[in-house]
Parts: sequence; structure tokens; C-alpha cells
Amino acid sequence: MTNSIEEFEQADCIFIIGSNTSVAHPLIATRIYRAKKNGAKIIVADPRKVHISEIADIYVRQNMGTDVALLNGIMNVILSNGWHDQAFIDERTEEFEQFKKVVEAYPPEKAAEVCGVSAEDIRLIAECYGKAEKASIVYCMGITQHTTGVDNVKSLANLAMLTGSLGKESSGVNPLRGQNNVQGACDMGGLPNVLTAYQPVTSPAASEKFAKAWGVEKLSQKVGLTIPGMLEGLENDTVKALFVLGENPVVSDPDVHHVKKALEKAELLVVQDIFFTATAELADVVLPGVSFAEKDGTFSNTERRVSRVRRAVEPIGESRQDWQIIQDISNRFGYPMNYASPEDIFNEMTLLTPSYAGINYPRLEGDGIQWPCPTAEHPGTRFLHKDKIARGKGLFHAVGFLPPAEIIDQQYPFWLSTGRVFAHYHTGTMTRNSPTLDAEIAEGFLELNVDDAEKINVSNGEWVTISSRRGSIDVKAMLTKRIAQGSVFMPFHFIESCANILTNPAHDPICKIPELKVCAVNVVKRPLPA
Amino acid sequence: MDYRTVLTTCTYCGCGCNFFLEVLDGKAIGTIPCKTSPVNEGKLCIKGWNVHEFIHNEKRLKRPLLRKNGRLEEVSWDEALDYTAARLKEIKEKSGPDSIGFLTSAKVTNEENYILQKFARAGVNTNNVDHCARL
Repeated sequence: MTNSIEEFEQADCIFIIGSNTSVAHPLIATRIYRAKKNGAKIIVADPRKVHISEIADIYVRQNMGTDVALLNGIMNVILSNGWHDQAFIDERTEEFEQFKKVVEAYPPEKAAEVCGVSAEDIRLIAECYGKAEKASIVYCMGITQHTTGVDNVKSLANLAMLTGSLGKESSGVNPLRGQNNVQGACDMGGLPNVLTAYQPVTSPAASEKFAKAWGVEKLSQKVGLTIPGMLEGLENDTVKALFVLGENPVVSDPDVHHVKKALEKAELLVVQDIFFTATAELADVVLPGVSFAEKDGTFSNTERRVSRVRRAVEPIGESRQDWQIIQDISNRFGYPMNYASPEDIFNEMTLLTPSYAGINYPRLEGDGIQWPCPTAEHPGTRFLHKDKIARGKGLFHAVGFLPPAEIIDQQYPFWLSTGRVFAHYHTGTMTRNSPTLDAEIAEGFLELNVDDAEKINVSNGEWVTISSRRGSIDVKAMLTKRIAQGSVFMPFHFIESCANILTNPAHDPICKIPELKVCAVNVVKRPLPA
Repeated sequence: MDYRTVLTTCTYCGCGCNFFLEVLDGKAIGTIPCKTSPVNEGKLCIKGWNVHEFIHNEKRLKRPLLRKNGRLEEVSWDEALDYTAARLKEIKEKSGPDSIGFLTSAKVTNEENYILQKFARAGVNTNNVDHCARL
């Protein structure tokens, strides 16, 4: 997030797109409710009429995978009415002219034809967001999990820069991180192209700095493989071993039949986890780590706040601290490590990580610290891009609309999207093993529009078979008006009705994110067993 | 009877709410939301209120497992760690460092992410490091 969670309360306009906020990030939704109470206008754009749309001043239902068209339409209206911030554009950004040319090709009537939102609603959103003093964008995986995920994010950045809604209190672009430490995993270099704090592996200076600190002659400067790349490598025998720490790709990744096949080909699959997950079932070695309750360390949340995790109970059975397991393997492998504690690791990390350089465990007592925090005296950073955009000049991108990778046809006439439910979390490893949460929602379901249900003669709670080009599953139908006619939705938490058997692994060419939010499926009443 | 509360950070979504984990005789039995937390200000969602429930679940992994004759069997830590390190070494020697991939995790701590990518990069010498940020 460019801003802090508490800043939402003072925003004049909050534009939520592709985020089921009250379900996936309840405590951020709380701030948005307060903002509404304080007089903020709330805009929600989502193909599903998600729960938070109930408080929206404007709710629109765009067709799945058409966000760029919608956003370009909105920006077209802002430009033609002069609601943009020319001073901000001149002083703080570049490449505006090329961007403008593309947006001029999206008058609201034309955008409406693609995205299914009326030209009138597009004008209303443009006015509401464009005229607001403090406007904040909230987005989540509904924006990113597309083959055009990068284009979608760039379009939101364009919108914020166009109106100067960036680099000030309560104004910015705020992606909500789905997992407790996805921010931290990225900050710590858990990515194939960067070391900690996004220092490129291809940079000779960064590479040399880390090699020296880590006591090796040199590091590889070749960008590594992403998850889809590793799976492909397993299939074509260029990757032989996979070490999986606390992840469950057999449930979370698209086209799981294909994922399983790839993992089965591994010469060595090591899984370090706290439960016997579907991925662990395929492993050659399973190493029991510990849960957050049994460990010391830090998490970095969606507003870049580094907070302490503290050990409250003893490890279960013979399970061991995850850092100790890795250190033990490293020592046996021949690369010596000798850390005494998580704090010891943290202190080494901060020496190599400019945005964390001023943070240490004693300073984290209390409220935690938001990076960037470059020195021991620095208080941390509430919002980014103040006075000046971090990269120098904010870069406008000219982005045209591209359709999703898979389009509905006669054989697969429904659009499928996937997501979360309020009581569960990701692959359900923890929440489905919590009796209270399991009692709330114990099984998967398919949201089906009531009119569609009538056409295919399905009643509420009845079993349907849903199929895509990748596979087919049986699941109970939940009839609703929340989803548009011609579209269906499924949560992906439930392995017995695993939504990711159906989803499309087609991914964004730049960031490799799969298109989990759109694919084409067919839905029929489940045939009676013979 | 030993009752304690330990201030910590939630393990579910990216909000990062703070709460006190209630511990009775070594077992996590409940959560008390932290009122002074700038994130959640004394509130929690249904997942946070019940986060203690999975911690002592019977199904937690308790011992290392190693596949022998096609089946996963319980083994000692020494055997599991020796096997893992030896096989990684063998594969690196035979097929090169880039034949090994590492998935770090959005679920574990910063320290654990740091140490695993360090092992991948400095120990094995590969940048094949990724995690489920995109999923």
C-alpha cells in the first residue's frame, strides 16, 4: 500500500475495484465503513455484487477481465472535463502524451460496449473520483490475477497520477496483500529476480555486496524461475528438485492436474509445513515446522508495517523451528550457517536491506515500524511518494484493452471466477482444521445466478457438474443474484471440490501471474449415477 | 495453573492484526484483540478470534517423514536432514544449481524467508526462488 490503513478514514473518495474487502480483509473494511460515516463517497466495481457494495454510493458490475476498458473510459471523462491535475502531471510524471493518446480512444460509450458498465455510470465514477480532494484506490487479486494483471495495475497508477491522488495523506494506490507475510516474503527476496528490498540479482553492485556479506565468491546474476517456470522445468526435466516451505501449490495453483503431474516428476520434493497438505502427500521428505504461535520473528503487513511475532507455546511433538531446519540443512549441505536466534538473522538482513536498515527488535516493541526506515532515528513511513515519486518521475503507461486468454463459447458458455469466503483462508490448511470456522462453512459451493439456474433446471443445494478445458468437478449450487447471469463463482479453499482443477494457467507475460479470475466453463445438473 | 497472554501478530490475511494469545498450561486457548494496535484497534474478524483453534489440532505434523519403498515413514531428524542435504548436493553436482527450485512462503516470518533465499542463492547458487504472491 502507498498509504496506511488508518488513512482510509479521512479519504473523500474510496474506489474499490477487484477486492472483496469485507470478506478477505475485514479490518480494512472497518476503516472504509468509518470513512463512509465520515462522509467519504464509496465506489465499488466488481463483477460480483460483493458484500461491501452494500455501502457503495456507486456500484458497477464490469464484465470479467475488462478493467482496462472501464478505467480508460473513466480517465477519458476526467480528461475531457478537465478534472485532471495538470500541475502534478507536469512536475511529477512523464510520458503523459502517449498515455493521453490511448485514453482518447476510449470515450465512455465505447468503453461501455466492452466493459458492460453504462456510459452514464462511467461518467459518475469519473466525476466522483476525479473531483475528490483525497481519493484512494483499493484493489486486490480481482485486478491482478489476469493475463493483463500488469496492465490493470498500470491503469490504476495512471488514474491516481492523472488526478494527483498520490503521495499525500489518504490519497494513493492501495493493493491489499492477501497473506499475512506476502509483503515480507517479497521484501526478503523471495522472488527470482531480486534480493532483499528489490535489489536486482542482475545488478553487479548488489550481487557483489551480497556475495561479500554471505562469504561466497560470487552469486548467480541470472534471473531465476517463477513457480510456473519451475513446474515447466520439472516437466521437461530441467528442474529435478523442489524445496517447498509452507506452501500448498496442489490446491492454490491453476490447473492442479497439471501441477500434480509436474510435482510427481521431481527427483526430490521436500515439503516443510505444519500440516500434512495435499502437496506433502507427494513429497519424498516432509519436515514438520512450527506455527506462528510457536515462533519468534516478524511479519510485514499490507501497509509495510513490520510487527513482532512472539513465541507463546512450545513446538508440537518433535516439530522444530523453521529457521533451524533450514540452517541444519545448509550446514549439512556444506554452506555453514550459525545463527543463534531469529533476531540474529534479522540483524544481518537489515545490514543488506536499505528499507529495513533502521529497524531492530527493540524498536519493534509497541506499534511496529513501516518501511522505508533507513536509519535508527527514522520514524518509518506512513505513505509513499511524498513530494516526489520514488522512481524520480511517475511513469504514465499507454495501455490498451486486451481480452482474457479464454473466452466463453458454445461448449463453455459461463465465465468462472474464484475467490475466498469469510470463514476460510487460502488452501484451508489452518481454517479447515479450526472447528468453529469449519462449522461456519464446511464445504465448497458454486454461486449460480437464479435465472441461469432456472434455465439449466437446478435448484438451490443441488449438485452440478462444472467443467473447463482442464478438468471437471462436482459441487453443490448456491443460487444467488450476487453473480451476474452468465457468470459463476467458486471459493478455492476446498480440495474436495477444488476450483483450481478448472482454472486457466495462462499468465501475464511480465509478472507471470495466472488468470485465476477468468476462464470459460460449462455447468450442468449432475447426471444421476447409472 | 499457569495462565499467560502473549502479544503477537495474526497469521491469516495481510491486515496484520495484533492480539494477545491466551495460553493456559502451555496450550493456546483464545485471543484477546490488542486495543492499542494501530491496525485493528481492539477488533478482530472471525478468523482472528478463532486462530488458536488449529494450533494444537491432532493432525499437526509431529515427526519428519521420509519416503521408503513408495511410502512416507516416520524417521529421526538426523535421517531426514542428512537425506535432504545429501540429495540436494547430489542433484546440484549432477544437474547444476539451476536444477533446484525453492518456494519460500508468504506464511512464514521475514527471518525464515531471508534464510531460505540465502541458502538458495549463497549455498546452492541459484535464483530459482519464488513464492505464492501471485496466488
